[in-house]
This record gives sequence, structure tokens and C-alpha cells, in this order.
Amino acid sequence: MTARQLDENPAGIHLPLDPLPGHSSRGRLERVLRRGEFAVTTELNPPDSADPEDVYNRARIFDGWVDAINAVDASGANCHMSSVGICALLTRMGYAPIMQIACRDKNRIAIQGDVLGGAAMGVANMLCLTGDGVQAGDQPGAKPVFDLDSMSLLETVRIMRDNGKFLSGRKLTTPPQVFLGAAVNPFAPPFDFRPIHLGKKIAAGAQFVQTQYCFDVPMFKTFMQKARDLGHTEKVFILCGVGPLASAKTAKWIRSNVPGIHIPDAIIKRLEGAQDQKKEGKQLCIDIINEVKEISGVSGVHVMAYRQEEYVAEIVDESGVLKGRQPWKREVRRDDQIVAERLEHILHDEVTETQVDMVKTAH
Amino acid sequence: MSETVPVKEGSAVTQATLVKKAAPKSDYKPADVSPQRRVQRSFAVRLWSIRHSRLLEWFYSRFADAFLLLHPLWKGIGYGRVEAPIKFVEKRVKGFMFDCRMCGQCILSSTGMSCPMNCPKQLRNGPCGGVRANGNCEVEPDMPCVWVKAWEGSQNMVNSDKILTVQKPVDQSLRETSAWLRVTAQAAAASEAAAKPGTAA
Repeated sequence: MTARQLDENPAGIHLPLDPLPGHSSRGRLERVLRRGEFAVTTELNPPDSADPEDVYNRARIFDGWVDAINAVDASGANCHMSSVGICALLTRMGYAPIMQIACRDKNRIAIQGDVLGGAAMGVANMLCLTGDGVQAGDQPGAKPVFDLDSMSLLETVRIMRDNGKFLSGRKLTTPPQVFLGAAVNPFAPPFDFRPIHLGKKIAAGAQFVQTQYCFDVPMFKTFMQKARDLGHTEKVFILCGVGPLASAKTAKWIRSNVPGIHIPDAIIKRLEGAQDQKKEGKQLCIDIINEVKEISGVSGVHVMAYRQEEYVAEIVDESGVLKGRQPWKREVRRDDQIVAERLEHILHDEVTETQVDMVKTAH
Repeated sequence: MSETVPVKEGSAVTQATLVKKAAPKSDYKPADVSPQRRVQRSFAVRLWSIRHSRLLEWFYSRFADAFLLLHPLWKGIGYGRVEAPIKFVEKRVKGFMFDCRMCGQCILSSTGMSCPMNCPKQLRNGPCGGVRANGNCEVEPDMPCVWVKAWEGSQNMVNSDKILTVQKPVDQSLRETSAWLRVTAQAAAASEAAAKPGTAA
């Protein structure tokens, strides 16, 4: 028998954990953060397919390296498998997904329904976003909804959880138990308003925040200083967004095409000067992690390695942020494993075993 | 104008084509705002209002008081009957000064006199993460971000911390109605309730 992992329900990996005092969700991420451990989250690149295996394969490469996986909601307004769908699949396999909810595609009726549905499937973390404009995506002709914004969405879910009511005031029989997240971007103007804006999000219900890609550590430090001065870091867990850049060319492209991502010239110079730009991009990411983890008030990192997901494990490993801790890892149960091995042996090893032989080997 | 005239392709060089060609190829071009419209739009009046947010804040508080004093008149004529002419004026005045979208639940005094409904995402609680480095909008690159301006405007105002209140979602059923009248009616109802306690609720 393998020992049961920390933060796992003994009755089954797909079941919610025991409720703990002071915790608003029954998920793994909140436990890790509240224990004061440095958390690592990442993003799953949503497949353009209806095959569940695609989701499982994409989640498997993070096994044992991350505490939670973001299920993105049509990021960049590009159509992919829905975040609710991805969450349904991930919770079945015991992973801890962070369900992203964007206000772009759904009105308040659909969103509140999805919050209940997600929570019923065992989603313990929800990240409330405004979402990119439809103009950014592959279907610019779509109708932008934006019925709520990220702030009123946070408040909506918080009301559902804490007051047990819909926005309309109608009662819920079982409120969703979720850990509420928001996004912040310290790297876009108006810079002096951003820390105050974070305070507004906390007031609206945010318990953890993930930041936009951080490539400018001094700028992030200034933001964190202000956030600390305002006392935000005691009320919210801040996860700094980081990620590897594939090359100087990609960095330039991102800088001019993706709104809200700030890449200083020094970063591009460093990439251009490198022999192996991809390797340098990864090293750069590790260096940034090592710098931000020392900033007081930073509770973890959010590693976004779009189309470089295979590097997440290496980045986390080499930066040493886990300090030897191993996040929950999906493991085959011992009894299932014995059956699988036995079947494999019988079906593929081409041996004829008599019952007498079997008894002999068993002893 | 309902008749469709067959257009010869590439026959005329429009302003839109010129603008599109002038922009660097690598730049992100939102698809739905036509370059033509972007060139034509001017934000001068809107920006003037934001620069003079303190003056407008002072003016509006006087104006709201005057409107409240007229409450007996509105009540006499009937709020329902006075709605149409007031809305007509309100829509034009605020449309000219703030590019008002008539959401019917005006929060200009909490947003530094920058109308949040002009944000392509209609954010009422603060900027999104996509604000460009030059402070312009991610969706409409030529428009200064409504919320960057709101923050600037709010800092000039007396009640500069009103920007911190978390705004409720927009009630779509109030669109195209007069916010002036609603605020007045609510204020009048509140003062009446305060005048005779015990009868309220």
C-alpha cells in the first residue's frame, strides 16, 4: 500500500476534502496557501477537441509539480473547450482545477448557473475575470456580453457563497463552497490606481489573485510595496504570473500584439544575446521566480507556459520554490495496478500458465 | 437608403484603407471598430469634462439640489409624464459632455466624470488588465482608456474616494431612462421617510 497523500480524500480522489475551520472551500489550493506554503499554479492549454484524453494528457505533464491548474475560459476570446467542461474532467481525475469565469460570453443568469454546476462537480477554486474583448479573438463578429464585470462577478459569487442567495435574493439550498480568485495587472496604467484597485477586488471578495506575466521585477516590487502599505497582503494571497519566452522574436510579437503585457527592452536584449534563445527564456523565467519569491507578500507563482507546458516541471524544479515539497500527484491505486499488471502479463506476454504453476509462484 | 448599390471592389480609396495601410503590420488591429470611425471620433469634449471634474462636481451638486427643490413640481405633473422631455434634455446634454450612453444609473461622480459605459467592456469598477502602455484602450487603440482618465479626474474631485465603492451590476431594465429624475425621486423619498420615522418600511 502506498501512503495516502496529503490533501486527498481517503474515500476517493475525486471527492472534496474535509472542511477545515477558516477555510471557505474544500479544495487543495486553499489548504496549501493557508498552511503558508509557496504555491505553484499553472494553466492548461484547452484543446480544440471533444476527446477527454486530450485534457488528461495535457494535465498529466504537470503531475506532482503544481497545486492547481487554471481551466481557461476562451482566453484571448479564442474558442476552445469550455472551462466548465475541462473542470468536469479534471475533478473526476482528482486534480484541483481553478475554474476561470469570463464576463465576455455569459450573462449573470448563465454565470450563476455555472458557479453552482462547477461547485457541484467539485470545483473548489474560481477565478473571476472580465475577459478579453471579442475583437481580439478568432470570431470578432461575436456579441460581447459583459453583463457583469470582474468586480461585480466576484461579489456575485461571494454573495452566493456567504449569503446563500442568488443576486435576485432567491435562496440556494446548498451554497457553493469556493475559494475566490481575481486577476491583477500591475504592469499597465494607471499604475498608482492598481494597488487601490486590488483593494476594491478584495472588498468584492477576492481571496487570492494571480497577476499578469511579470517581466519587470522592479515594477512588481513597487506594486507590492504599495499593496503591503495598504495592508492588502494580509487579506489576499498574491500569486505572481511568470512564464518562459520562446525567443526574442516571440517577445517582440507579444509586446506589440498582446495588450497588457509589459516586456522591458533589457529582457529582449538578453534573449537576443543568447546562443540558445529557448533555453535562455527558460532560465530568465527561473531567475524571475527566484527574485519574486523573496518579495514579502508573494504567496506563490502562476506559471503560464503557453505551448511550452512541458517546461513547467523543469522550471518549478530548477527554481526550487517547492523546497522539497511534492504537490498532490495522480497515482494509480495499488489494487488497480496489480490487476493492470496481471492483465498485461496474461494478454501480452504469451505464456501459458497452468493453475499448478500459478499456485507455486504465489507462495 | 435601404436599396443596396453594388460596390465595385477596389474602386475607391477610402480613409479606412489609408489608415489601415499606415499602421505597422505587426500592430494588433481590432476587427469591429472600423478605422473610418476611429478617425472621425474626437474625444475633446469628453476629456475637457474630465479635466474640469472638480468644477462639474460642484455644479452637479447645486444642480441636483435645485432639481430636488423642484420635486413638488415633478410630482405635480407626474414623474411618468415629465420623463420624456427631461430624458430628451439629459440625453443631449450628457451625450455632448460625456458621450453618455444612457444607462439610466449615472455614476459619473464616482468615476471622475469619465463615463464608464464608453469602455468597450463597460467596466464600472476599474480598468481591465489590457490598458496599453500609453494609457489607451486595448480594444480601441486611439481612445484614451476611460479608467485611466477616470482615475485622473477623480483625483481632482472633493469626493475623490467615491471611486473606491464597488458598483453593482448594471440594471439593464433602466436603460434609456432619466437618471436625474430617478436620483431626485429617490432623494425625495428618502427625506420624506426620514421626516416621519416609524411609518417607513
